[in-house]
Amino acid sequence: MIRVIIDECTGCKTCVSQCPFGAIEIVNEKAQISEACTLCGACEKICPVQAIVIERPKRGEIDLSEYKGVWVYAEQSDGKLKSAAFELLSEGRKLADKLGEELAAVLIGKEVSHLTDTIIAQGADKVYLVEHEFLERYNSDAYTAMLTAVISKYKPSIVLYGATLNGRDLAPRIAARLRVGLTADCTGLDITEGNLLLQTRPAFGGNIMASILSSHTRPQMATVRPNVMKKAKPNPSRKGKVVKVEANITPKMIRAKILDIVKEVSGDVNLEEADIIVSCGRGIQSPDNIPIVEELAKTLHAALGCSRPVVDESWLPHMHQVGQTGKTVAPKLYIAVGISGMIQHQVGMQTSDVIVAINKDPEAPILKIAKYGVVGDLFKIVPELVKELRKRLQET
Amino acid sequence: MKIIVCIKQVPEVAEVKIDPKTNTLIREGVPSIVNPFDEIAVEEAVRIKEKQGGEVTVITMGPPQARQALMRCLAMGADKGILLTDRAFAGSDTWATSHTLAQAIQKMEYDLILCGTRAIDGDTAQVGPELAENLGITPITYVKKVEIDEERKRVTVHRETEEGYEVIECRLPALLTAIKGLNEPRIPALREIMLAKKKEIKEFTLADIGGDPQSYGLKGSFTEVVRIFTPKQREGGVIIREEEPAASAKKLVQLLLEEPIIKSLRGR
Repeated sequence: MIRVIIDECTGCKTCVSQCPFGAIEIVNEKAQISEACTLCGACEKICPVQAIVIERPKRGEIDLSEYKGVWVYAEQSDGKLKSAAFELLSEGRKLADKLGEELAAVLIGKEVSHLTDTIIAQGADKVYLVEHEFLERYNSDAYTAMLTAVISKYKPSIVLYGATLNGRDLAPRIAARLRVGLTADCTGLDITEGNLLLQTRPAFGGNIMASILSSHTRPQMATVRPNVMKKAKPNPSRKGKVVKVEANITPKMIRAKILDIVKEVSGDVNLEEADIIVSCGRGIQSPDNIPIVEELAKTLHAALGCSRPVVDESWLPHMHQVGQTGKTVAPKLYIAVGISGMIQHQVGMQTSDVIVAINKDPEAPILKIAKYGVVGDLFKIVPELVKELRKRLQET
Repeated sequence: MKIIVCIKQVPEVAEVKIDPKTNTLIREGVPSIVNPFDEIAVEEAVRIKEKQGGEVTVITMGPPQARQALMRCLAMGADKGILLTDRAFAGSDTWATSHTLAQAIQKMEYDLILCGTRAIDGDTAQVGPELAENLGITPITYVKKVEIDEERKRVTVHRETEEGYEVIECRLPALLTAIKGLNEPRIPALREIMLAKKKEIKEFTLADIGGDPQSYGLKGSFTEVVRIFTPKQREGGVIIREEEPAASAKKLVQLLLEEPIIKSLRGR
């Protein structure tokens, strides 16, 4: 239940501009909340005089059976679906089938309706489409408001997000607003006998795995590590429904304003979503030698990563760093060039499918976890590797 | 400027070992440190204070020994410490943690809250954004540059993206989560460490911060850990060590061509 404490309300209209559903109007200088309200909570915290109160049911008081279906957040950027969205759709499909429920995707953006066919072909039964001029690019405030509102209205049982930079920005805000559990960066998902979402994730730098349930709150929410789940083959003959959701966004709702966007990396491969990563470490000795590894990355259509010393020496910007204070990646192939592989680096890449290491030190820790380890001088081996790969990859 | 920095004491993850017999974490003898991302947040707060004046309060939730982590931050230049410690806080998940911090912080005056993006032990990156929501302020994540305009009560930041960064402006108060690259945290000298001992650390329990006891700790957590296990350890594979680099490269490519991901690149 939501109510306005009339004596406290000053009629300041702050809540009116914050409501994603346009459910609040000022009548006789007091806020009045209409039936369009989804209890998303956007107004509650911003009321300067705390005159709006949502009375939330306590644990055990919510009717869990009201919540049905598996949802995935179909993240897009520049009108293209992220590979995390494809992975979530195939994983979500499996979970929905186990539950015997529907799989829906939420698609947010500006003029993105051309993506709904792909989403359905990848396994969705339904696409909730939220389009607005202000949603062209990811904006934390607006996206949080919209997604919270749609979830509150349609009540799914499970919502999955890619553990991308923006996914991990968005999901905790929604979880806090809805007051539900959220499990970060899962590498395994399943349905228990009691039809709960079993969420498995690494902790302590991958030293342990934890399986987690959110039994008492709905929806059950998780972010999922990119590249871990397999993409399904599209089925263009699949049928699905597109549900358009009205978005009521006002400029006031966006408190953090993007003034400028600066692109620093060329190409469209980013580390978290790359199938292949070529990473370099202190062994490359100088920034002048970066092109040697870049050449290998190019040959394999791979993203360029690095270990901490390379960033500390300012040879590459931080966004390339893999490891404890950088990114956690799980590509199909990880090639470590001149990286000794201290535990701080390993925690960021040890869930990669295949690890290749090239190192001059036969005792380097990285060689102990590599499927293929080459002992030798990287400055001699990498150029030979590029040559050989180019030759062999052209063969059919 | 009144700045609050949220920190966490964490075990040095690199030192955590697994007992091969029991398959559990050996925590004994593992040193505790201030989470590295939080040190960056403390450093930034102290730099803002040094440049434009103000006060830096460091807050943490944890067992009594988390006081040591606060001491370190005081030695780095923070002015005051707050330790939220109570048996009832034990077993908090990210929501319960952010709720506990919010309960204490909403009674304080602040213009800016700084957090590390994530802790190296739990690695969720959720407490910062959840705390902001619980306080009704805006979080900006992955911040690598901060500029404060005190007169206009605004903060402008560079937020890291997959391709570069966004320049974002936000009204104060706001909450920022710091990544590596924002600054290089200082290592306090002996003199600062001695001076820090004179600074104040307040302790608050559940009774001090108030609210529904059911919303704290394990009881207040929405997620529950049902199983802990150790992952399969990776094992080394083939070692290639030919006289000639070209021979090594050839051998590696031969093996890689058996891998589906490399096969898929053929003829592309």
